[in-house]
Amino acid sequence: MPVPILKQRDYLIASIQAALSDEDLRKLRQALVAQVGEFRSRGVIVDVTALDVMDSFAARTLRDLAHMSRLRGAETVIVGIQPEVAFAMVQLGLTLQGVTAALDLEEGLTYLNRKTRQRKRAK
Amino acid sequence: MRDGARDLAEETVVPIKVDSDIVTARQQGRALASLVGFSATDATLIATAISELARNIVLYATRGEIALTAVENGGRPGVIVVARDKGPGIPDLRRATAGGYSTSGGLGLGLAGVRRLMDEFEIVSEVGTGTTVTARKWKQ
Amino acid sequence: MVEARAKAPFRPSTGPTDDLLSELVAHLRENRTQLREEWARRITEGKLLTAMSPDEVFAEATAVYDNYLEALETGSIEALETYARNLSERIIPRGVETHEVVGIVLLLRDLLARSLFAKYRADFTQLNRVLDAYEPAANRIANTVAVGFVQERERIIRQQQEAIRELSTPVLPVRERLLILPMIGIIDPQRARQLTEQLLRGIRINRAKVVVIDITGVPAMDASVANHLVLTVEASRLLGATVIVTGLSPEIAQTLVNIGVELGKMNTVGDLQGGIEEAERLLGYRVLPIPEPPSEA
Repeated sequence: MPVPILKQRDYLIASIQAALSDEDLRKLRQALVAQVGEFRSRGVIVDVTALDVMDSFAARTLRDLAHMSRLRGAETVIVGIQPEVAFAMVQLGLTLQGVTAALDLEEGLTYLNRKTRQRKRAK
Repeated sequence: MRDGARDLAEETVVPIKVDSDIVTARQQGRALASLVGFSATDATLIATAISELARNIVLYATRGEIALTAVENGGRPGVIVVARDKGPGIPDLRRATAGGYSTSGGLGLGLAGVRRLMDEFEIVSEVGTGTTVTARKWKQ
Repeated sequence: MVEARAKAPFRPSTGPTDDLLSELVAHLRENRTQLREEWARRITEGKLLTAMSPDEVFAEATAVYDNYLEALETGSIEALETYARNLSERIIPRGVETHEVVGIVLLLRDLLARSLFAKYRADFTQLNRVLDAYEPAANRIANTVAVGFVQERERIIRQQQEAIRELSTPVLPVRERLLILPMIGIIDPQRARQLTEQLLRGIRINRAKVVVIDITGVPAMDASVANHLVLTVEASRLLGATVIVTGLSPEIAQTLVNIGVELGKMNTVGDLQGGIEEAERLLGYRVLPIPEPPSEA
C-alpha cells in the first residue's frame, strides 16, 4: 500500500499507516527523495502517529531519508512518535541521531517555517 | 522444558520468509501481549523485539519462524518469544549480543537491543546449522 | 526470576503404597465430620483466622479438608493450588496473615497424622508404612498452600506499590509548554521506568517543548537508573521536547560519566531555579518585574 504524499507549498507531508512493510518504507523513501528534487521542496514531514512499532529498519530508513533530503536542500522532521514507541526505541538504542523530531504536524510545520526563514536570512 | 512455567494457551507459530511476515509476527505478538494483560508500553516493547528478531531471520537466514506462547509462572503471566531459523548461524555470539548501556548508535543484529527490551534472553547458535533465540517478558 | 517447580505428582508408583494411600484416604474420609470439627475447634483455640467468623472458618475448613483429601488421593495438586490461590485472594484483604495460613494447614496435617496413629497403633510396621506414604504427600500439600498464599500476597503488594507510585510521581505543567518533573528519594529501576512513561505521556498531553527534570532530591543513583535518565532525555527528544536536568550532584555526575554519558551533550543546569530560567529562555519568554506604580503625589 503506497503512502500518500501531500504537497503543501514548499513542503511534502507523508502520513505512515500502521502495518507498513519494509518494502513500502523503502518505496516511500525513494518517492520522497525524488519529489524533493522534482518540486525543490524545502521541507519534508513524515507523520508516524499511526506507527505502532519503530524498529531498526524503520529508524535507519528515516535517517537515510533525512540525510538524502538534506543533500537536496530539504529539512526533514519526523512527527507523531507515540510515547510507547519512543520508549521502546531508546531501549533498543534507536535515537534517530541527527534527525529532527517534533510532537505533531503543527509543531513540525512551525519548526520547518522557522528553519526556512533562517535559511532565507542566511542567504 | 520451561522451568515450571505453565502454558496458558496453544503456541502460535508465524512463518517468516518475506518482509510482510515481519509485520504479521509483530501484530500477533502485540495481540497476544494485550490478551495476557500487558500494558500498552510493554506490548510495544514485545512487538518491537519480535520485529527485530523476525527481521534478522529475513535478512540472514532467508526463512524461519517466530513462535509465541502465553505462559504463567507462579501467578505471573508472561509471553515467550522463540525465533528459530536454519540459517548460517552467528559465529561470534558474545560480540553479537554485547552492549551494556545503549549509548551506541550501532544497529547490527539488534540482539543486544532485544535483550534490553525483554526480561529474559537466551540464544543458541551454531555456524552452519541455525539460530534459536528465546526471549521472555513477565507482567509486572 | 523463574522458579523451578517439579510438576510430577508426588505419589510413588509402587503398588503397595498406592493401596495404602487409598486405604488411609478412605479412613480420613469416613471420619471426615469428626476430624473436621476437631480441626475447626483447634483453629479457634489457637486464635487463628480471628478475622473470620466461626461459620466462615467452618465453611473454609470443609473446603480445605476436601481439597486436601483429593490431593492426597489423586496425587495431583492442581486443584489444591487453584483453591489455595482463590482462598488467598479472599482472605488477604480480610487481614489474614501468613503464619495463620501455615498454622492451620500444619494443624490439619498433624490432626490427620494422629488419627492414623490411632488407627494403626497395634501394628508398628504397618504404621511406619502408612506414615511413609502419608508424610511426603502431606508435606507437599502444606507447602503448596503456604506458597500459594505467599505468592498471592506478593502479587497484591506489587499492585499496591504500583498504585502508590502512580500517585506519588507528579509531572507538573508549570507554564505553557513547560513541564517540571521533580524526582525525590531513592529511585529504583521500576520507579524510574514508570516516571519515564508518565513523563512521555505528559509531554504529549501538555504539548510540552521543554522539560525540567530536577534530581536535587535524589541522593544517589546506580548505573541502571542513571542510564534510564539518559534514555528519558532521548525519548523526550523524539517527542520534540528538550530536557534540562537540574540538581546534578557530583556523585551522580560521576555515575553518568562512568556509564559513558558525555555530560557536555546533556543539558544540565545547577539548580531548579536556573533550570526554569533556562527553559523560559528556550521557550522565548522573558520574565520582567512589574514596574512599581507611581506614588501618589
